[in-house]
Parts: sequence; C-alpha cells; structure tokens
Amino acid sequence: MYLTPGLLFSVLGLAALMAPLMTLAANRIVAGEGVMAWDVAALPLVIPGLVAILAGLGLGLLTGRPAVRLAGGVLGLAGLIWLLVQGATAMLDGAGNYARVSPAAGFWCLLVILVLLIADALAALRPRPLARGGLLFAALAVLALVLGSGVLSELSVLQEYASRRDTFMRESLRHLSLSIGSLGAAAVIGFPLGILCHRRAQLKGATLPVLSFLQTIPSLAMFGLMIPILGWVGSTVPGARSIGIAGIGFAPAFLALVLYSLLPVVGNTVAGLASTPPAALEAARGMGMTPAQRLWQVELPLGLPIILTGLRIVLVQNIGLAVIAGLIGGGGFGTFVFQGLNQTATDLILLGALPTVVMALVAAIVMDILVDLTRHGPKDTR
Amino acid sequence: MRIGVILRPLLVAILLAMVLRPDWFRPVFEPFAPAGGPVIYERASLLSLSLSHLGIVALASLAATIVAVTLAILVTRPAGAAFRPLSRTITNMGQTFPPVAVLALTVPALGFGTGPTLVALFLYGLLPIFENAFTALTTLPPATMDAARGIGLNRWQRLIRVELPLALPVTLTGIRLSIVIALGTATIGSTVAARTLGEVIIAGLLTNNTAFVLQGGLIVGLFAVLIYDALVQLEGYLARRMGG
Repeated sequence: MYLTPGLLFSVLGLAALMAPLMTLAANRIVAGEGVMAWDVAALPLVIPGLVAILAGLGLGLLTGRPAVRLAGGVLGLAGLIWLLVQGATAMLDGAGNYARVSPAAGFWCLLVILVLLIADALAALRPRPLARGGLLFAALAVLALVLGSGVLSELSVLQEYASRRDTFMRESLRHLSLSIGSLGAAAVIGFPLGILCHRRAQLKGATLPVLSFLQTIPSLAMFGLMIPILGWVGSTVPGARSIGIAGIGFAPAFLALVLYSLLPVVGNTVAGLASTPPAALEAARGMGMTPAQRLWQVELPLGLPIILTGLRIVLVQNIGLAVIAGLIGGGGFGTFVFQGLNQTATDLILLGALPTVVMALVAAIVMDILVDLTRHGPKDTR
Repeated sequence: MRIGVILRPLLVAILLAMVLRPDWFRPVFEPFAPAGGPVIYERASLLSLSLSHLGIVALASLAATIVAVTLAILVTRPAGAAFRPLSRTITNMGQTFPPVAVLALTVPALGFGTGPTLVALFLYGLLPIFENAFTALTTLPPATMDAARGIGLNRWQRLIRVELPLALPVTLTGIRLSIVIALGTATIGSTVAARTLGEVIIAGLLTNNTAFVLQGGLIVGLFAVLIYDALVQLEGYLARRMGG
C-alpha cells in the first residue's frame, strides 16, 4: 500500500496527540507545564473531544471520497476546539489568580494537520467561486461565534486581548488601512504606469528592473531608510508636518508599502495587457476601434484576471509587511508582536501574529475568488 | 547593461568600504546623528555582523534547497503522485503566511536567538524553491522525455541527466526568491536576538539615531541588491548554456 496524505495525517495526528495539548503557567511570563489531551479536564468531558479527533483522522483515510474527508476534518477540528474549551475552564480551577492556560505544541500541530486535511479535501472537491465565498463566510462566522461567546476567554491570548480591547481595535484598523490604503495608492500610480509601459517598450525596460530592485531591499532597511527621507520632507516642505508627514509613524510605513507594491501592480498590468490574443486585437482594429476603445473594451477586460492576481500578491504581501510598521511607530499588529518580543510575553506575540495570519489567509482566499470570477471563456482544464 | 558595467563594481566598492572601513563614512552620517551621539555603530564589528547575517541566510537557504528539491523530486515520481494536490495546497497556503509572523511564531516554540531565525528562514525558504522545482519538473518538454526513454535511459539516469538539468534554471529562480526573502527576514531576526545586520537598524530605531538606521539600512540594502543581481546573472548564464 502506498503512503497517502490521509495516512500521513493520521500518523502525524496520533503523534501530535502524544504531545502536551495545553500548558498551565503560574503567571504571564514563566514557562508553563504541559498537560496531556486526556488530562485537560474530567474524563467524561474529554472523551467526546478525543473520539471526535480520532474519528476525524480515521475518516481522512478514505482517499477516494473528498466529501467524507472534509466532514472528517471538520469533525476533528470541532473535537479539538471542544477539548480547548473544556481545558480552559477546568485547568484554572484552584490554580491561583495569575495562572494562565494556553494551547501547547500538541494543539498547534493538530490544528495544522486538521486544517491541511480540510484544505486537501476542498482542493479535491473544487467548489465554485461563490461556494468558496460561502464556506469562507461560514468559517469566519463560526470563528467569531466561538471567540464572541466567551467560552475561550480564559485562554491566555484572549486574556491579553481583554486587557487591551480598545488598542486592539485601533491597531486592527490601522493594519487594514496601512495594507489596503497602500494597495490603493499603488494602484493609482501603478495602473497608468503599467499602461504606459505596455505602450512603450523603452519605458518598460527602464521601469521594471528598478521596481524589482526596490522589492529586493529588506523590509526593515526600507522602513528605516524612509525615516530620514520623510523626516526631511516633514521639516522642509511647508505644511507637510500638519498633514502627518514625519520621520516616524504612519507616513514612512505607508510609503515603504507603496514602493513594495509597485512591482506586482505594474508588472501584472503589463503582463495582463500583453496577454490579449492577437486575433481579438485584430478584430477590434477591424471594427474601427480607436486605441482608447481597444484598451477599455478589449485589453483591460481580457487582462483583468492577471491584473487582479497582481493586486492579490500585493495585498497578501502588504498585510505581512505592515507588521514591520510596529517597529517605526506606524502601528498595526506589529505593535503587539514587538512589544511581546521585548517583554518575552508569548501571548502578546500571538495576539499580534495570529490575526495577521488570519487576515492574510482571508485576503488571499477573497482575492482568489475575485480572480476566478473575472475569468472569461473556456474553463482551463488544469 | 552598460550602466551595470559601471554601477556594479562601484556598488561593490561602496559596500566593502562601508563594512570594512566604517569610519570613512563619518562625515556622511554625521548630520543624521543626534547631537553628541555616536555616528558609527561600534557595539559590534560590522564585518562580523555581515558574516553572521550572510552565514545564517546561506545555511538556511542551502538546507531549504536540499529538502525542497528532494521533496519536489519525490512528489513528481509515480509513487508520490498522491501527494501532488496536497503539496500544491501547502505551498499556496504557506506563502500567504507573512515571513515576520513565521519568525514571531517560532519564538514561543523555540525561544530567542539565532536558532529560531534559522528555522523560520528554512521553513519559509522551502516554499518558493519547492514551487519552482515542482513546476519545472512537471512541465518538461514531452518530446525530450520520450527521446530520453527512447535511447534507453532508466528512470534514475533520466532524472540525473535530463530532468534535473532541464529544471535547473526555473529552480534557480525559486532559490533566488528564497534567498531574497531570507535576507530580509534575517534582518528582522535581530528583534529575536539573532546576530544580523538588523541589529544596527534596530539600535538606531531604539535610540532615535538616524545615522545607525541609515548605516544599517544601506549595508543590508546593498547586500540584497548585489546578491539578487549576481543570482540573476548566474541564471542568465545557465539559461544561455542550456538553450545554446
């Protein structure tokens, strides 16, 4: 019998069950002690969760039946969350006021394995774009429900959240406005530049290499180099300071993100416009369309999927890079990450890193759906 | 190209001078330093930081290349076919994980220092290399493969003499992407106490000393741009040899 993904998931899943599922620490800073899956709460409460995980891994073995494997993955995930909910309340009983419970290696490994099981099954099922949107919405709704219901509020990450709820909202909005705002600015500059590059090969030859060199500059260096530049602009250009342009803060982070975004936007605009089939261009010319009409009615609509792919790359990349803004006072989730690193407070690091990962994944899925919706013509038979 | 002939040696010379003779640049950075504050980073020698930075990147990228290419070879053999969709899912999902988040998440698991940075760089570096090697190995020209089979090469010979050499240019592009990301992520690694050039930038940010930020930023930026350029040249050279 060949090794299959399902078999690999079960073996790894069983191994992960043998690792501590959660940890109990005396306070926020010290290292905790691991607690095994069957010890997180009273046995009658633990058994349903364990059974669900094992059954889910078992269903994942059915190679030819993606729908069953999907159900197995979801069942296993439900069991894992059940264990977490039970453990969060039971382990804190009589553990002292400053005690903290958090998920441990076993939990994270099982989470990754079950999510991969679900993703693998979904890839085989190939749902249509709108169905994918529905699934994403359902998954986010369940996540919001579990977090909002307060059943996990005893977990250390959520304790960190509870003590800085307002800051978290502000930094989330800041993170979003940094990543989406810079995408918008890059699009405003990049689309016209891309169209010009498409028309003039010479401009393209000069622009694209410069933009790709910009992309290679390490993010920390780029953010750092923006500080003296914008500091100089802020102190010499009259009125610049009053609209918030200064050496540290939002402006240098925003500008660095825009610079990083230009290559995917311009590059994919050029590639998208160039992807128009010559026959379609011939026909458009034959119909007597002006160059402007050809651009708006033929080249842009046909190139849209590739252009949107560029925007997807930018959005996902910017959500990740915006974390660095936390180092130069630009705000965003990076604030928590770097505060956490400074205080060696793991939960604070997670409070910054986990939402960033979720935001990037959601952005990638949403943009993929948009790209698929704009694809015309015969379906590619990949 | 003509600009490159002048620019390349010039940038290399500037970079070498900045790393080996930082004092020469005192007048350049002086205006950016706070009054009476230090102008040139002296807490550690820039040479040792550069070597440590490049060493971390080289080690992580080498390990990532070996593992990723091996995995790509395995899933493109008949026995590994069941893992193809999964490997595509993992690379797609993995690449949406921000490198900084990967770095931050390895700290709770492994603690501070150079170790977690190496692991984060290695894990993240796998993805572009695997993706490119996989694409290259699955899109080989069918006629060439038929010819290889026709002249009686066995599977092993086909892999070594035909498939891998043909897949080399595209795989190298993946390695280049991975090295560029690793250079950048290693810079951030200094926030988790890895010894890299990011230390200079972070020290500047913490003490509001723009001179340090500029010094560190320029050195890291020059390294990245020159290494990227060198790898592009190497790819071009190999592609010409393959295609010629």
